[in-house]
Amino acid sequence: MSILGNRVLRKEDPKFLTAGGTYVDDLRDPRLDGAAYVTFVRSTMAHARILSIDISEAAAAPGVVAVLTAADLDLADAPPPIPLLNQAMTRPYLARDTVRFVGEPVAVLVTEERYQGEDAAELVMVDYEPLPAVIDLDDAAADGTVLHEAAGTNTAFMLPSPGAADLFEGCDVVVGPVEIKNQKVAGCPLEVRSAAAAWDGRRLTYWLASQAPQQNRDTLTAALGLEPGVVHVITPDVGGGFGPKIGGYPEEVLTAWLAKHLDRPVRWCETRSENMLAMGHGRGQDQTITIGGTRDGTVLAYKLDVLADCGAYPNMGGILPWLTSMMASGVYAIPKIEFGCKSLTTNTMSTVAYRGAGRPEATAAVERAMDLFAAEIGMDPAEVRRRNLIPADAFPYTTASGSTYDIGDYERCLDLALDAAGYAELRGEQQARRARGDVNQLGIGVSVYVEVTAGPTAGGEDAKVEILPDGSAKVYTGTSPHGQGHVTAWSMIASEQLGIPMDKIDVIHGDTDLVPVGVGTFGSRSLQLGGTAVHEAAGEVVDRARKLAADLLEANVDDVVLDKVDGRFHVAGTPAVAKTWGDVATAAGADGGLQASNTFTAPSPTYPFGAHVAVVEVDTETGKVELTRVVTCDDAGRILNPLLVEGQRHGGIAQGAAQALCEEMLYDADGNPTTSTFADYTFISAAELPSFELVAMETPTPVNPLGAKGIGESGTIGATPAVQSAVVDALAHLGIRHVDMPATPQRVWAAIQSAS
Amino acid sequence: MIPAAFDYQRAASVEEALALLTEHGDDAKVLAGGHSLLPLMKLRFATPSVLVDIGRLTDLSYVRDAGDEVAIGALTRHHDVQHSDLLQAQVPILAHAAGQVGDQQVRHRGTIGGSLSHCDPASDLPAVVLALGGTLVVRGTSGEREVPASAFFTGFLESALHPDELLTEVRVPKVPDVGWSFQKLTKRAQDWAIVGCAVVRGNGTTGIGLVNMGSTPIRATAAEEALAGGASIADAAALADREASPSADINATEEYRRHLAKVLVRRGLEEASSR
Amino acid sequence: MQVTITVNGEQRSNEVEPRVLLVHYLRDVLGLTGTNVGCDTSSCGACTVHLNGEAVKSCTVLAVQADGQDVLTIEGLAPSADQMHPMQEAFREHHGLQCGFCTPGMVMAAVSLLKEIPDPTEREVREGIEGNLCRCTGYHNIVQAILSQAKASAR
Repeated sequence: MSILGNRVLRKEDPKFLTAGGTYVDDLRDPRLDGAAYVTFVRSTMAHARILSIDISEAAAAPGVVAVLTAADLDLADAPPPIPLLNQAMTRPYLARDTVRFVGEPVAVLVTEERYQGEDAAELVMVDYEPLPAVIDLDDAAADGTVLHEAAGTNTAFMLPSPGAADLFEGCDVVVGPVEIKNQKVAGCPLEVRSAAAAWDGRRLTYWLASQAPQQNRDTLTAALGLEPGVVHVITPDVGGGFGPKIGGYPEEVLTAWLAKHLDRPVRWCETRSENMLAMGHGRGQDQTITIGGTRDGTVLAYKLDVLADCGAYPNMGGILPWLTSMMASGVYAIPKIEFGCKSLTTNTMSTVAYRGAGRPEATAAVERAMDLFAAEIGMDPAEVRRRNLIPADAFPYTTASGSTYDIGDYERCLDLALDAAGYAELRGEQQARRARGDVNQLGIGVSVYVEVTAGPTAGGEDAKVEILPDGSAKVYTGTSPHGQGHVTAWSMIASEQLGIPMDKIDVIHGDTDLVPVGVGTFGSRSLQLGGTAVHEAAGEVVDRARKLAADLLEANVDDVVLDKVDGRFHVAGTPAVAKTWGDVATAAGADGGLQASNTFTAPSPTYPFGAHVAVVEVDTETGKVELTRVVTCDDAGRILNPLLVEGQRHGGIAQGAAQALCEEMLYDADGNPTTSTFADYTFISAAELPSFELVAMETPTPVNPLGAKGIGESGTIGATPAVQSAVVDALAHLGIRHVDMPATPQRVWAAIQSAS
Repeated sequence: MIPAAFDYQRAASVEEALALLTEHGDDAKVLAGGHSLLPLMKLRFATPSVLVDIGRLTDLSYVRDAGDEVAIGALTRHHDVQHSDLLQAQVPILAHAAGQVGDQQVRHRGTIGGSLSHCDPASDLPAVVLALGGTLVVRGTSGEREVPASAFFTGFLESALHPDELLTEVRVPKVPDVGWSFQKLTKRAQDWAIVGCAVVRGNGTTGIGLVNMGSTPIRATAAEEALAGGASIADAAALADREASPSADINATEEYRRHLAKVLVRRGLEEASSR
Repeated sequence: MQVTITVNGEQRSNEVEPRVLLVHYLRDVLGLTGTNVGCDTSSCGACTVHLNGEAVKSCTVLAVQADGQDVLTIEGLAPSADQMHPMQEAFREHHGLQCGFCTPGMVMAAVSLLKEIPDPTEREVREGIEGNLCRCTGYHNIVQAILSQAKASAR
């Protein structure tokens, strides 16, 4: 019987539970003996000219090894990492003449002891001349103040909207344009950014808390002008990523540069307060939606215009609207869609990928539009959705926004979620409360989503499977995890193919010397690309092993079978005479060992889908929202390990609910961050969440041999609009049709006030 | 983040603590559980040059029957206030509210004396002690004095304590048969209250303390007086913000805070009247 | 200043600066890196250890305050090298961890919580771990792990 599909406990866990993981700041590697500590001095101004930096007092402080400013660096300013972004908007590793966001590094200190850095940093005196701060996206678009003079504009990327005059022709009802906000949030992996580096005169060993070791090796090699092969990146245990930890940040590169420059190992571990200011933020789109259709509930046209906040230095966040555009249609067969976007620089930290990255923004917009349309024509929002879903027999289906969805059954998914939630009963309870005039009103939010995983730029992923003479296996994977459970999942895949027990399979990742080729863990790509590569490589190893076993057994290779129950090769029908994996690997020994590699590149992305139902109670006197239920049906194709899949769904749902209810990275009008600690930034806790009710659905994709789609981001994509919609729904009888996220008590109360 | 360097002095007795405070004056801060002070020091919002650790003065940790009152040693932790049988029976609102402070880890370290002397208007316990009409016992080198709670909270993070004085005890009246309620609205369970209130109501009197409705913890005197004059709960609650001067921040405008105070006080009065 | 602290049953004596936080003493002086730092504001609970048997946030305790006291960290929780504490088992059984960073603090908080409320409701568990933040699990499986462990010890 196959191990795949079973609830297999994680191999990773005992270490994490008994001794804790080994994160970068935990390393006790001899190469880091005598390491000095790196501390950054950060801008306290959002936008200002640097008139002078006085480091003299800091340089004389106890334990200070070095204090450096931009003038001391020999690093060329970095252009935005994606060519589609305006390449004139470069970022210096330390601010040179101008600071462009609060938290931007202006100087770096190296000290003997960890505590000395913070003391000395207080002694660096920077004299600033304030410039007008650009925070609002409409202000940014107006180019009144331009952040990057060389660019002459704040626009880093744009997709012009076609602006067809007849877009809504034939519509009985047009709702909009309505402006909604997909607010900026902080990724908040519980481990902050951290790096360590050692230079031995020949090679640079670089430990980094990152989702993408190979990519960071290449970034670093280029930034430092080193020859290929010089940089060795190790990502030990990584305490969560969620997108912002893909990495490549100036602080990280400078840590490596300092090790070489000072010829001394160095370590850097930021504080949470620094992390909130200077690790990339997520989302940050001002959206304008218009939707039109007929009174029978058929949507005919939809228009989405996006102003995206790039932050001061355009990064991944600047091109995410492109993914938003790809997914603009959602699960609906909307005949006409228009999309336009402008990505703009502001005096805030850069935006980057954050769980969902461009797709939650698309789903939030189209789901809000469906709700607004339903309210306008007076139809149940679940029913309006049902009437517009792409039918199950229409796949592969190409949307008006240009994506070709692989496979799905959206209506069945919606029904499963509605049934599990008891949708009709919930509506009945809602009516009863409205009739009674209860202070606590019930809200029910429904979202149906489809998203894209292993998207158009996902590339391939590498794996190598090697059998050792003792009969154990090593799996090398290019996708390095930070909590997803790759070690368990990849062991399951290899064990399934090889018939070698999981405890004799070692998974190796996150070391660019051991695994030189790889892309990383993001975009819900790992299982379908990296896992498939393991599956294929293991299959090739079996083919090779059968040939070797045939020689040992003096049999025809076509007659040799692998008995996966006990991992032995024998001639079909005569199991008594068999060769073990150890025998075969030993025989292969002289000839480069028994191994196979595979690079798996999928012919197309996959499109996971689902339906979420959220139930909230809103205290109409205080505006306080309590999330009481979340019911989800998420279909990510074939399920390898339900335990891991459910874990991904839970985490995603919580993050989605967090954006809908409480989390927002806020800056005031002068660009001062006002949510820069966990005391101010409302990172959601267990007390604000219910247990989640998960409904299973599995529609295997034809796109890869595992039949798997990505599940890492679905929860966030479905839950955010469902929870937001539930809040609005609780207030619908007051005439309220929209409340921006996050639905904080004050915002909900204010909405009620303005309605009454 | 780490505090700036300081001299650490561990007091072995109240007298020694007072002597150290006298010696160092404004440069010194008292360290009890540390859960108000250390977070400020880590962010370097507070940089005392001397810390006088009174954490070993275990004789200041007690909950004691004092006739018509219950006496609570200043070093009694929130956890111990919460679980005190005497307080649960005689002053249930205080035991309950202590269980609402921060989270379990905070309650294992934070002390009632620390919380009161810190004078944070967003803290839960000052409002409760105000509503109860409690008394704070303060010791200095020249002796002991008693300060009514209503005179203790003098400004933002400022108390009636002189730099050379120590809060040693809190006394609250026994109110076993009196209705009470503690209400607070937070964004997140562990957060400081956006607004909160403590209500003690019975035997013809009502005490109402407000959380986060000004620069200090305050009493809702107008509402209390209205009730004494026979006003309805709804009418009295409408006066809940009369003495308040709430600030605006990312969580609430002044208007919203005033509204919340009225709603929470009304709810508090209703709940107090029903038990 | 000299401190003597019993950590995981072993008496440790070291000279520390008064401002050294207990978490840094454990991590940097004793090398017990299982206890993590996740924030600056006593909010996240990743640094939770037991001080005299009760959960505290070791980022908000000075090492000098723990002088003469008893500290238990995640490394000292399991009864032996080949046997996990039942709470550790429950976290594994229920997949109550992903990246593992909040895990040591979460487990220590959970053990402390059940000492005080041996048979909690789901609400009590959720409020009991309000001071421990986790970004990966959505808390669902953590809550299940704690509830199941409470029920198991009640039997």
